Amino acid sequence: MAKMPYIAAIDAGIHQEMRRDPSVLYFGQNMATTENHDFVAAYGHDRVRVTPISETAEIGMAVGAALAGFRPVVELYMAEFMLVAMDQVVNEAPRFRYMSGGQVKVPLVLKAGYGFTCGWAGQHTGTLTAMFAGIPGLKVAVPATAADAKGLMATAIRDDNPVVFLHHYLLTLEQGDVPDGEYLVPFGVADVRRKGADVTIVATGWMVPRSLAAAEQLAKQGIDAEVIDPRTVAPLDLQTILGSVDKTGRVVLVDQATRHGSVSALIAADIAEQGFKALKAPVIQVTAADTTIPYSEPLEAHVLPSEAQIVAAVRRVLK
Amino acid sequence: MSVQQPNAERQIWIFTQMLRIRTFEERVKRSFTDHPGVIRGHTHLADGAEASIVGSLSHFREGDAALATYRCHGYPLVLGSDPKAAMAEIFGRVDGLCKGRGGSMHLTDVKHGFLGTSGIVGAGIPHAAGAAWAAQIRRKGNVVLCFFGDGASKQGAFHETLNISALWKLPVIFVMENNGYNVVTTTAQEDANAAAGEPLAVKAKAYSMPGVTVDGGDPLAVYRTVGEAVERARAGHGPTLVESKIYRLSAHGNIIAPPGVPLHYPEHEAIAVFGKREEYEAALRGDPVPRFRAGLVQSGVLTPAKADQLVSLVEKEMQDAVDFAIKSPYPTLESALDYNYA
Repeated sequence: MAKMPYIAAIDAGIHQEMRRDPSVLYFGQNMATTENHDFVAAYGHDRVRVTPISETAEIGMAVGAALAGFRPVVELYMAEFMLVAMDQVVNEAPRFRYMSGGQVKVPLVLKAGYGFTCGWAGQHTGTLTAMFAGIPGLKVAVPATAADAKGLMATAIRDDNPVVFLHHYLLTLEQGDVPDGEYLVPFGVADVRRKGADVTIVATGWMVPRSLAAAEQLAKQGIDAEVIDPRTVAPLDLQTILGSVDKTGRVVLVDQATRHGSVSALIAADIAEQGFKALKAPVIQVTAADTTIPYSEPLEAHVLPSEAQIVAAVRRVLK
Repeated sequence: MSVQQPNAERQIWIFTQMLRIRTFEERVKRSFTDHPGVIRGHTHLADGAEASIVGSLSHFREGDAALATYRCHGYPLVLGSDPKAAMAEIFGRVDGLCKGRGGSMHLTDVKHGFLGTSGIVGAGIPHAAGAAWAAQIRRKGNVVLCFFGDGASKQGAFHETLNISALWKLPVIFVMENNGYNVVTTTAQEDANAAAGEPLAVKAKAYSMPGVTVDGGDPLAVYRTVGEAVERARAGHGPTLVESKIYRLSAHGNIIAPPGVPLHYPEHEAIAVFGKREEYEAALRGDPVPRFRAGLVQSGVLTPAKADQLVSLVEKEMQDAVDFAIKSPYPTLESALDYNYA
């Protein structure tokens, strides 16, 4: 076990897989420009390359390299940059296996940061997770801890399908204990971050520490909250969530996305359909306001889900 | 670099492949009347492009790959796919190349090197470059043939991919089949080079790669031009843009209509939209299939009797393909969700 920041743990996951599998490629803009670059030094320019600012070509070439037997990891930096190449993400990579009747597989990882709500204004701060979560053929990983960052990245690279790996920019320097050696975190297995009996809170990414902080506040008021981090939203571990709802009967879904573009809305629909009988109160969603993220600091804080809003929502479902 | 003229046997092979594509496409077209309702959605035919397709794929060897667009029936037939499986796919049947999942626009046959087809204009171009990167890493001298139309060269994907392919010296040959029309828009209406009276191959200059224009109706000319580009790519000197000028002999595709309206092929846009009957008739007079046949007969490679015999064999082969496809069952409903994930 080693303490390291979240961002270093992602690199550790990529290194782990590049060392063991020569078919893993890693490329993107503004990386690998010198021989001293960590990954160039370790694996050479055949496998590690800098690209022009050409997201469509980068992701499209990842599709082609995957069709030809490689496992590309594309460094995209910002989730919004994928929007430039949305056809490749949504309508190429996840379609080819199905349309070919299973002849091909498209193992690739689209690595991108998201949710950088610290003054990056309207175009670099989105939480677009739900946009990818509903695409058959795509998988979506959203690590909240350093250990998961390593383990989910390694699993993403080994997975035979296209994976959108979304790391949260506000967690970049968060330190965490990361297992040494080969470490994999399975997809579709939620982690119960805090056990509790009174209410179920579901959150991903930066909303996980926020929900845990809210749970600590609530504990002081005698309320025992369970906090579930799905870790991957596609596949989604609905069983763990429904099991918790069975136990608590009360649910607060926390999502940094805008309400109608959130994964929480998808989870709420599934709970309404499959967990209705266990519910003792309506499901409450704590999401960002339906707005472009503002630049100005107080406005930015105002439109994002806060610890206080999570606490208030829990108190409401317990009424 | 120079590419030797194919020998007589190879020229007959080229002619036979051209006939196979033409006859297959005629059978697809005829299916709208012979078997109404069997073909759904949108089909796009390669009649007129046979010489370009076969001339290009003549250089294909083990380990190479080809990727194309939704106008994709011709390539796999040349690469070795069974026309029965290709037709069954277009009929949505379980014995289709893609088990009925892809249909006419998405023929794929990996075991014959045909890696896939995107239905989105230009989207497959970077896929070819990615496969070429794989070939470059493997260092076995393999190349990737990337087929697309003139319309795709207005997409960002085209420009981004040509830039990075030249920069990385990727072993890929970009074969742009310029058929003069983007659906119902003429090339001069949408392409600055065409409007200025320049060939579309000049686009290569922006990416410091060779750009050549060839008569795509002449399989031997395509054979030489693409052959040089393939040699260059195999030798590690990078990509080439080949503008292959062809004339699409059918309309862009069958009519687009909701269920209940019988699908069929309308008249070519030259006539239906622009009223240029003479342009279309001139194209018919230059039809690459009879043109190549006449050339082979004239040069003594083929006798008229032998050519007729090839026609009969190919007609039989494609009749068998239709008969097979129409009898093939639909995929089971239980299998509808198969292949979403590996």
